[in-house]
Amino acid sequence: MQQAINGIFLGSIYALFAVGYTLVFGVLDILNLAHQAVFMLCAFVALALVGQSGMHIALALPLAAAVGGILGLVLERIAFRPLRGRADSNISGLISSLAAATIFEAIALQFFGPDVSRFPFGTFPDRPLHIGPATVSALQLTIVAISVALMAILTTLLRATPLGRRIRAVAENPRAARILGVDVDRIIAWSFFISSALGGAAGVLFGLAFNSVSPDVGRSIELKGLAVIILGGMGSVTGAVIAGFAIGILEVFTVARIGSSYRDAVSFAVLFLILLVRPRGLLGQAATREA
Amino acid sequence: MPRRSVVPVGLLLPLLFFAACKGGSSGGESGSGAGGSASGNVAKVGAALSITGLAAVYGAGQRAGIEAAVENVNGSNSLGGARLQVLVEDDGSTKEGGINVFQKFINQDKVSVIIGPTLSTTATAADPLAQQAKVPVLGVSNTAPSGITDIGDYIFRDSLTEAQVIPGAVKKAKAKLGFKTAGMLYGNDDVFTKAGYDVMKKALDDEGVKIIETQTFAKPDRDFSAQLTSLKSKVPNILLVSALAENAAAIVAQARQLGYDGPIMGGNGFNAPAFIKNGGAAAEGVLVGTSWNSASTEPANVTFKEAMQKKGVAPDQFAAQAYTGVLIIAEAIRKSGNKTGRDDIKNGFAQVKDLDTPLGKFSFTEKRDAKHEPSVQEVKGGKFQVFQ
Repeated sequence: MQQAINGIFLGSIYALFAVGYTLVFGVLDILNLAHQAVFMLCAFVALALVGQSGMHIALALPLAAAVGGILGLVLERIAFRPLRGRADSNISGLISSLAAATIFEAIALQFFGPDVSRFPFGTFPDRPLHIGPATVSALQLTIVAISVALMAILTTLLRATPLGRRIRAVAENPRAARILGVDVDRIIAWSFFISSALGGAAGVLFGLAFNSVSPDVGRSIELKGLAVIILGGMGSVTGAVIAGFAIGILEVFTVARIGSSYRDAVSFAVLFLILLVRPRGLLGQAATREA
Repeated sequence: MPRRSVVPVGLLLPLLFFAACKGGSSGGESGSGAGGSASGNVAKVGAALSITGLAAVYGAGQRAGIEAAVENVNGSNSLGGARLQVLVEDDGSTKEGGINVFQKFINQDKVSVIIGPTLSTTATAADPLAQQAKVPVLGVSNTAPSGITDIGDYIFRDSLTEAQVIPGAVKKAKAKLGFKTAGMLYGNDDVFTKAGYDVMKKALDDEGVKIIETQTFAKPDRDFSAQLTSLKSKVPNILLVSALAENAAAIVAQARQLGYDGPIMGGNGFNAPAFIKNGGAAAEGVLVGTSWNSASTEPANVTFKEAMQKKGVAPDQFAAQAYTGVLIIAEAIRKSGNKTGRDDIKNGFAQVKDLDTPLGKFSFTEKRDAKHEPSVQEVKGGKFQVFQ
C-alpha cells in the first residue's frame, strides 16, 4: 500500500517531466536534451525566490515555471531555430541542446555551487496523513494534484484551443501547416515555452519533494524521462502520462520485490521489450506521417 | 633552469587568488619568519590545504587549527629554543594544485615537514613527490582505507580511516542501545560508500547483529522511499546508512517522513555540517562514528577548544585533526632532541606514543596510520554532541 503511494508519487513527477519532453519531440521530432537543465535551473530559481527573498512557494512555483518558459524560448531561439531547415538538423539539434544543457549546468554551478541545497524548512507545511497503514504527506498529495492538473490543462489546451490545434497541425506536417497560414516558427516557440514551463514546474516540485537541489539533479531524471516518452509513444502526451505512472510504480515494486540494485535494469528491460514488441510505444501513432 | 621557469608559473595563479581572497588577514605565516639559516632552530612546516574548491569547507577549519596549534607550541617554548613556522598554500582541492604546492614546499621553501593535503585523492598524487625527496608528510584528513601511507615510509597520517572508526562506533552504540537486528542501505555505485558498507557489515557480523535486509541506491537518486518503505516493513532495531553527504540528509528526511522512528547510524559521509543543515529536524538523534570526541574534558581538548574560540572559528573534527598534526610534529621534534631536519622529524614520528591530543591518547600504528580511540556522536539541537 505504502509502495503503491510511493510509486504514484514518483510517477507523477516522471510524467510531468516527460510531458514537456514529448511535446517538443512531437512538434519538432527533436529530442531536447536541455530539458533536464531547465528542470534543474527552475528548481534553483524557486529556491532562490523562497530562500532569499522569502517569497511564498505558491507564488514562487508559477514564477519559476514562467522563467522555465522563457528559458525554453531562449533555447529555441539560440539552439534550435538557427539549425532548422538545414540538412541533418535532427542530429545537430540534439547536439546543440546537449551544449545548452552543459552551459545551463555551468551557470548553476557558478551561481549556486556544487553542494546540495534544499528549500528552507517549513516552505510547505509537512503534515503526515495516515491512510490505513500508509503515510502520505500533504506535500505529496499537493504535488500529485498539481501534476495531474497541469497535465489535464495541457491535454485540454492541445485538444480544444486554436493554439492547440495549430500545434497539432505543425506536429502533423509543418509544410502543410505553413501553406494553411500557420506561423510555424511562432507555434514552435510556443511549444518550447509550454514544454519548458512544465519541465520547470516539475523541477520545483521535485526539489520540494526530495529536498535536494543540485546542478546535476536533472541527470537522473533525464534517462527516465526518455524511457517514459518511448514507452508512452514518442510525441504522445497521454501516452507519456500513462507511461510516467507505469514506470514510477514499476520501479518502486522492483525495489520492494526484487531488490534495489535491479531497479533501473528492470525499467529499461521493459522499455527494451516494448521497443521490440510494439515499437511505437503504448499510444504512439503508427509512423505514417513520415511519408 | 627550464624547470625553474615552470614552477613559478604554476604557482602564480593560486597564489594571486589566495592573496586576493584572504585580503588583510595574516597571509598564513606565523612565527618569526627569520629562517635564513636552513638548519637553525626554525622548523618550516608546509601546510597544503584546500582553501578553495570543493573541499574548501574543510580547509578553513584545518587552517585555523594549524595556526592555533603553532601559536600554542611557540608560546609554550617547549622545543628547547626551536620554533615552528607555518607556510599555508592552497591546493585548490585538485591533484594538480597539490603537486604544485608540494614542489614549492620541497624545492623552494625547503620545508622540514608537510601537513596535508586535505583530500585523499590529492594525497595519492602529491605524496609520492615528498616520498621521493625524503620529506616527511603528515596527512591530517586523509581517510581512504588504503593507498595513502602505502606510498612509502615518509608518509604518516593522524586521521582514522572509516575501517577504524566504524567498528568502534557500532560497538559503543550497541552497548547503549542493545540492538539485535539491523537494516542497511548504501550507495553501490561509489567506492567510498561501498567500502563503508563493507566495514559496517563486518562490524555488525562481529557484534552478532543480524542484518535482516540490505537495500542499495545510486548517487544521482533523490527518491529513496521505495527502499526505505521496504526496510521499515521488516522492523529492524537500527538502520545503518553508508552514503555521501549529498544523499545522507535526503535519506534520513525521507525515512522519518515514512514513519521510521528507530535509531539511524551513518558512515563518514554524515560527518558534515551540510548533513545537519539539510536534514533539519530529521537529523536529530542520528548517530555518527567520529574520530574527535567534541565533549571530551581532557585538558588537551579543552585547550584546543579555547584556542579555536579565540580565533572565532567553530571547532570541528577537521580542525581537531589539523591541530593534533602540529602537536605531533612538535612531539617528534622533542623526541629527536629538538632537531628540525627532515629525517629528524621522520624518525621522531616513529617514537610518538600516547601523546595527549584533542583526539585522545595518540600513537602511530606500524604502518604509520593513526591509532586512537574513536567515539560516537549524536545530532542534538542541531549540533553534533557526544552520544551517551
